Amino acid sequence: MSAIGIPAPVEEHPHDTRTNYLNVAHTLKSWLTTGDHKRIAILYLISISTFFFLGASFAGMIRLELMSPAGVILESETYNKVFTAHGVVMVFLFLVPGIPAIMGNFILPIMIGARDLAFPRLNLLSWYLYMIGGGFIVASFVGGGIDTGWTFYTPYSSMYSNGQVGLALIGIFIAGFSSITTGINFIVTVHKMRAPGMTWFRLPLFVWSMYATSVVIVLGTPVVAITLLLVLLERVFHLPFFSPELGGDPVLFQHMFWFYSHPAVYIMVLPAFGIISELISNFSRKRIFGYHFVAFSSLAIAGLGFLVWGHHMFVSSQSMYEGLVFSLLSFLVAVPSAIKIFNWTLTLYKGNIRLQSPMLYALGFLGLFTIGGLTGLFLASAGTDVHLTATYFVVAHFHYVMVGGSLLAFLGGLHYWWPKMTGRMFADGPAKVSALLVFIGFNVTFFPQFIVGWLGMPRRYHYYYFAPEYQVYNVMSTLGATVLALGLIMPLFYLTHSLFSGARAAANPWGAHGLEWETTSPPPTTNFYETPIVQDEVYDFDPVAEYEQQRATSEIFDPGHPHRRIDKEGESKPGIAGADHSSSRAADGQKEDR
Amino acid sequence: MPFNFPLAPPSASTFAGPYDTLFYTLCAFTLLFTLLIFVGVIVFAVRYRQGSKADRSRPVYEDLRLELTLLGIPTILGLIFFYFGAAQYIHMRTPPKDSQDIFVIGKQWMWHAQHSNGVRENNTLHVPIGRNVRLTMISQDVIHAFYIPAFRTQMMVVPGRYTTMWFNATKEGEYHLFCNMYCGTQHSEMGGKVVAMAPEAYTAWLANGGDNSPQLTMAQRGERLYNGRLACNNCHGVADNPRGPSLVGLFGKRRTFSNAVAQVADDEYIRESILRPYNKLVAGYGQEMPAYESELIDGKLTEENILELIAYIKSMNASTAAGTNVAPGGNNLNLQPLSIRAGAAGPAVNALAAEKEYSEATPTGHGKNLGVNAYAAENNR
Repeated sequence: MSAIGIPAPVEEHPHDTRTNYLNVAHTLKSWLTTGDHKRIAILYLISISTFFFLGASFAGMIRLELMSPAGVILESETYNKVFTAHGVVMVFLFLVPGIPAIMGNFILPIMIGARDLAFPRLNLLSWYLYMIGGGFIVASFVGGGIDTGWTFYTPYSSMYSNGQVGLALIGIFIAGFSSITTGINFIVTVHKMRAPGMTWFRLPLFVWSMYATSVVIVLGTPVVAITLLLVLLERVFHLPFFSPELGGDPVLFQHMFWFYSHPAVYIMVLPAFGIISELISNFSRKRIFGYHFVAFSSLAIAGLGFLVWGHHMFVSSQSMYEGLVFSLLSFLVAVPSAIKIFNWTLTLYKGNIRLQSPMLYALGFLGLFTIGGLTGLFLASAGTDVHLTATYFVVAHFHYVMVGGSLLAFLGGLHYWWPKMTGRMFADGPAKVSALLVFIGFNVTFFPQFIVGWLGMPRRYHYYYFAPEYQVYNVMSTLGATVLALGLIMPLFYLTHSLFSGARAAANPWGAHGLEWETTSPPPTTNFYETPIVQDEVYDFDPVAEYEQQRATSEIFDPGHPHRRIDKEGESKPGIAGADHSSSRAADGQKEDR
Repeated sequence: MPFNFPLAPPSASTFAGPYDTLFYTLCAFTLLFTLLIFVGVIVFAVRYRQGSKADRSRPVYEDLRLELTLLGIPTILGLIFFYFGAAQYIHMRTPPKDSQDIFVIGKQWMWHAQHSNGVRENNTLHVPIGRNVRLTMISQDVIHAFYIPAFRTQMMVVPGRYTTMWFNATKEGEYHLFCNMYCGTQHSEMGGKVVAMAPEAYTAWLANGGDNSPQLTMAQRGERLYNGRLACNNCHGVADNPRGPSLVGLFGKRRTFSNAVAQVADDEYIRESILRPYNKLVAGYGQEMPAYESELIDGKLTEENILELIAYIKSMNASTAAGTNVAPGGNNLNLQPLSIRAGAAGPAVNALAAEKEYSEATPTGHGKNLGVNAYAAENNR
């Protein structure tokens, strides 16, 4: 940020902008013992991405195998282990921690103007717990594999399966505590560490959704931890909980498991909502439509999400009346999600929309999540669910929400905050191609699964030679998965490339609004040189004035932030609203446009 | 295999009609809202792209009435869909009092069904059309799910407790039967078919002790193929006809072929003539018979089937000698009761034999290929 100022002596100047959280220390020890939320986020980014590609490679094996009705290379037992591994890795090691532990960790404290999370060492502990849990899970694969499915239904998992179920259960148990510690950290941080002037209704919507997510994590994760522990005790010591042979109840497991695992779906998708709110608003350069409705819908989802678990069990022998209540509540939980979709779409109206790669991911999300959400109604409706449950229809619905929703938001957020995290710009061209490939590949992969599920193809089937009419859809699905894989591998290359030869990122390369764009890219260890004082409202864009400004100056790209003032040393003073928007914008435009 | 694009599962129960109506209505609703969002996103993204000259004056950021409308519409639509879904669910979960009972046991990895008169079958369920059928089900080991897509219904089969499902089949035919709750290694092969039959045919089937009745001899099985699925009797009848010679008394007889070579008809000859009929074409007949070799390769016809056919052809000699009439009959006799079998064995023997078959049919972890063949054999019985 010292583009126009004279560089000050490094030793004396307290605002040395060349030292940031990345280059403050270089040893491995400095990384593994760090308390800096940004460094921990980077540790998470590396480890979670590794697990993501591991899980994706399992998905590739599944798709290859289903090309032919009688299998291609795998035995049934191996196939079962592969789809279990895909589910366990993707759910517990990618989707649940993904956005909170990477983007939440990095951005949430900066967004609210804090120096760090409330409990830095607890934050580091959560990463170690995640790694230990991940280690146990990988050990269970290497040591013989598990073939229970990621749902671990009893009594199969507790009494019949021969694999390394114990190791996997311990791994998930430990990784669960990683989530819990992160959740507690976020709740306390949002309550106690907001900068002066950062009122609750000035919080960026990403913070609201992380807050709602944290509440769900803290309330739900202990339940699944207990449940999996009980399975482990039954498996090892034959204590009677779930197996009728011992005197237990197998359906009890399903209640306890889904009591967590349905809210867990919201743990996976609420953070995505937060990212999408940021992207839509910032790339439309317009305040989000219905801020309060979007914020409170996150809380409504978090609350109602705990009351709908029984819709996974309409044919499980729970009572018919239970089924009806769960069906009704499931329809109601869809409403807040619908509100969000409407509000995001309305935000685009009269915006000044920049179709850069993060925005392309966000628009892709809008389309895919709409389909994912609406197909959920088929499953919320008890009558229609009876035929569709546990078929590929459910697989397609789940992936539309989890991949079309969470993964696209994850990628959008990663691209959006990449310059902030690394201080480097990536090439937007390849990123747009990647976004397009992901969108097309995803639809070709998963849309046919709606049809084949409607035809009746059960999920978790290795062979379908007795129903060859399903093959055409499976072949389409595999072709789509190839395109999807290409789209997902591309960022690996151009993002890595940007680390070494990307242009240096300005503090606010997107012209976005929010405290994280007020500090340098990458930020210093303390995030800000001075505690920011927030005076302007959230997403305080003025699309009309900006449009007029563009017309007047004939600029195509306005990189500046309208509200930031640059002092004589060339350092940013965050969050001080200028009374005269247009003049400060013009000044910013000149200084940052390099 | 040529690809086909089925867009809907067969509809073969009373559930299917109302179910499909609800399903397609939801599809239309989904399509409508998806289009609304897609069109909205695309139109706005193009119209208000950076640098466009679209009017951006008087932007709106909050609109309580609009928000409440957007909240109200999905809520009301949701409640309407809930109502119809709930009605369907209550209907599906409430078996009528006059239902006929069939009992189902699931175990890794097969289905076992027992009809009220004691007839048992594995991986197949015969049901009458036009009658309410209630399945009372339990698992011997892990949780399974009994799923018939063509009937639009399924229910989990749980150890330690009974679950029930019911349906009323409407159309004769064979439909997929799947296990739809992951249950271990051969989960995907824990299935078979549901055979919906006309009530009379079902009653007859039941009276005969079912398809898999162990007291069927090889010749009787061969007879079912001969007069049934393969319909050999279309051309090879009681007497010679222009399309094909009668096979009565064939075995052991000397045949003269179109190339003037002659041979005594033995097992090997009959097998060859089924698979490659034109190698040794009986003098005076044209090349009209299909060669069944391709069916053998496809697995639609098994070596076991051929042995059974040969046994039946041999039996035509014996019966002719004895004067009883088991000569090839007309079409579609496969569902008629076989006179030989009726009353041949008492119920006690029947049950005992069925029990034996049940335990023998229990798979013991056979490999992939065996599983495939076993399925093919099951299909061809």
